[in-house]
Amino acid sequence: MLQTLKQTWFFNIRGDLLAGIVVALALIPEAIAFSIIAGVDPKVGLYASFCIAVVIAFVGGRPGMISAATGAMALLMVTLVKNHGLEYLLAATLLCGVLQIGAGYLRLGSLMRFVSRSVVTGFVNALAILIFMAQLPELTGVTWPVYAMTAAGLALIYGLPWLGGKVFPGIGVPFLVLGFALIAGSIEPRVGFMVGGIGMALFVVLARWSRNLVLPSPLICIVLLTGVSMLLGLDIRTVSDMGELPDTLPIFLWPEVPLTFETLAIIFPYAAALAVVGLLESMMTATIVDDLTDTPSDKNRECKGQGVANIASGLMGGMAGCAMIGQSIINVKSGGRGRLSALTAGVLLLLMVVFLSDWVGQIPMAALVAVMIMVSIGTFSWDSLRNLRKYPLSTNIVMLVTVVVVVFTHNLAYGVLAGVLLAALFFANKIGHYLRIDSQLEADGNLRRYQVVGQVFFSSAEKFVGGFDFREGIAQVVIDLSRAHFWDITAVAALDKVVIKFRREGTDVEVLGLNEASATIVDRFGVHDKPDAIDKLMGH
Amino acid sequence: MTQVIGCIDASRCAPAVCDYAAWASQRLSAPLTLLHVLDHRHYPVAADLSGNIGLGSRENLLQELANLDEQRSRLALEQGRGLLEAARERARTAGISEPAMRQRHGSLVDTLRELEEQIRLLVIGRQGEDSQSAADQVGSQLESVIRVMHRPVLVTPAEFRPPRSLMLAFDASATTRKGVAMLAASPLAQGLPVHLLMIGADSGENRSQLESAGKLLQESGLATTCAIRSGEIEPALHAYQAEHDIDLLVMGAYGHSRIREFLIGSTTASMLRTTRTPLLMLR
Repeated sequence: MLQTLKQTWFFNIRGDLLAGIVVALALIPEAIAFSIIAGVDPKVGLYASFCIAVVIAFVGGRPGMISAATGAMALLMVTLVKNHGLEYLLAATLLCGVLQIGAGYLRLGSLMRFVSRSVVTGFVNALAILIFMAQLPELTGVTWPVYAMTAAGLALIYGLPWLGGKVFPGIGVPFLVLGFALIAGSIEPRVGFMVGGIGMALFVVLARWSRNLVLPSPLICIVLLTGVSMLLGLDIRTVSDMGELPDTLPIFLWPEVPLTFETLAIIFPYAAALAVVGLLESMMTATIVDDLTDTPSDKNRECKGQGVANIASGLMGGMAGCAMIGQSIINVKSGGRGRLSALTAGVLLLLMVVFLSDWVGQIPMAALVAVMIMVSIGTFSWDSLRNLRKYPLSTNIVMLVTVVVVVFTHNLAYGVLAGVLLAALFFANKIGHYLRIDSQLEADGNLRRYQVVGQVFFSSAEKFVGGFDFREGIAQVVIDLSRAHFWDITAVAALDKVVIKFRREGTDVEVLGLNEASATIVDRFGVHDKPDAIDKLMGH
Repeated sequence: MTQVIGCIDASRCAPAVCDYAAWASQRLSAPLTLLHVLDHRHYPVAADLSGNIGLGSRENLLQELANLDEQRSRLALEQGRGLLEAARERARTAGISEPAMRQRHGSLVDTLRELEEQIRLLVIGRQGEDSQSAADQVGSQLESVIRVMHRPVLVTPAEFRPPRSLMLAFDASATTRKGVAMLAASPLAQGLPVHLLMIGADSGENRSQLESAGKLLQESGLATTCAIRSGEIEPALHAYQAEHDIDLLVMGAYGHSRIREFLIGSTTASMLRTTRTPLLMLR
């Protein structure tokens, strides 16, 4: 018992704890920003992130992946919150969890194999675009200090790591000290000078250690901008203007909605979309973490785990969430591999927010916007733009259609559906080209032999019929199908049509090899579990 | 179910594992395979705590991690190859003509579970690379290995002594009765004096069960001594062992549920901790 505990939880304690801290710091601004996207109080997203991260640490199927409140889910809830309010969102979150658990038991995780790579890329790009677009309301019709703050924030976020590489890695530390000094100074100038002085003195005394202390640059950006805004007393929007922050630990509460059919009719479409998008993003992220860490994961357990986590979140007053691509990458990059890192991140997130809620409320929205722009830039797959020239047109169309549909509907599920359908159509079209019909006239001129080679199904049935020359006055034709594959009923109907047409022209028709050709129609190959099944089907 | 598999790593036990595996392979006339498992989870994890995600972080990170793993795996592969070569030399000197060598990636437990079909006897050291610092500490994966295997497991100490006599701890349970039958049928014990020891009250019932088990062994040509001792199981086993200079102990492993063991402890686990001779675990 202790052995398994060690192998699943405590094999990488140091790495997991450190990564958990980094992730918790990065999660706070995101959870707040996503709550604002959904139109609920920041505490809803923060409670959700806490519940989901902690629960998934125990029940998830992919250790090392971070789940919390996400943008993809927040975008789906906007109209539900606007039209019906928070309680309906909590109910939808519960239902979403139930649906996800059902999907886990039905092993729907394996359906991910139908989602092609270009759809995944489109999903990720669309998500990035939506997160970026969600920041625009904070940047329109505002005063110039907001623009200045956002620009400064972006400069800090991207500039500090760059400077760190050029000058010394710990260059962020003095900026962080400055930020804290400004915050202290806004209350009492003398304290500010004291904090700054002590901080800088420590930095210099501990130079050997602190020069190499790399701090998350988004954190520095937030602390410094909060300090500036507090010291100057700028009249700009802060997090506390956006709604309530958590001041207690979350408590158990049942959503106050009437348990009627009308309620179900309202929340079901939202819950279904949330469940689908949540599972999609979780499965994609799980695959990414699988690749990064070169370890396998249990996808169906992850489906169920996401469901349990969402139910927990809904009962604790949180919104629905799922796995986060960006945060999971940060976690792996920071050395997190086990379940412990998600647990640490969740617990720390809540502790920091509950005990620092007064200070968190002072964070200017401009700083959050800068962080979210970074998240959106980090989420976007920039390689996909470079690959546009390299990849075939059909692949690009699938990717772009996914993006366009999502951006217009604000619903990632529709985008993925469109992408998957389109990819399937392109595939069917491509395979339909693999059909060739040759014919030879026998020496006496009364018999023509047609040889059909390739795939006959709905997409190539017309081509199949077109391959025969019905106008030829001939006594007999032989259609040799022994090297063709009939995949569906459309193909059989096309063959019937060909036979009837020939008969009407007074031609005798003999069909060879139909049994072998139509063996592929059977939905479940009767012989599929025998080792020579493939050879039998494809080799004739 | 054909091979004797010896688990080789860089620990102190490896030479003894090799010798015991060679000994068992000869007695069972089963081919010997030396196995080295490369467990990636034991590699330290690199950490970049900057918390930044920039352009193409995912692609870069994948490249970085893949490069790191590549270098480590190369080194580990080479090192493991060296260990296996040394073990093979040792097995050759012990008289095995052509010991096979295998290297697998993955966790030890999973690898052994995959190979189980081919295993007749698994030979593994009491302590692995990670746990040899303390003398009475048992290898961290040993319990998991014994629990997943449905084959006999020979757990060896760090020194090899060719077994000249063996003792079977008998408690009249279904597991040990099966153990008696297995031992009687196996060429491993042939020619060695066998002590059948029962710990408990010297009652008529115990005595008759012991006798019938002893008879089974005798019928298959093993020189068997039966004995009943009273007292605490573990010290009594050790005392008898010291008294008769027995150098191989055979016992059923983990007969009870995990919950019971959690509450009152397991005889198997404490025997693993305290023994100085090899233990043959029958599952």
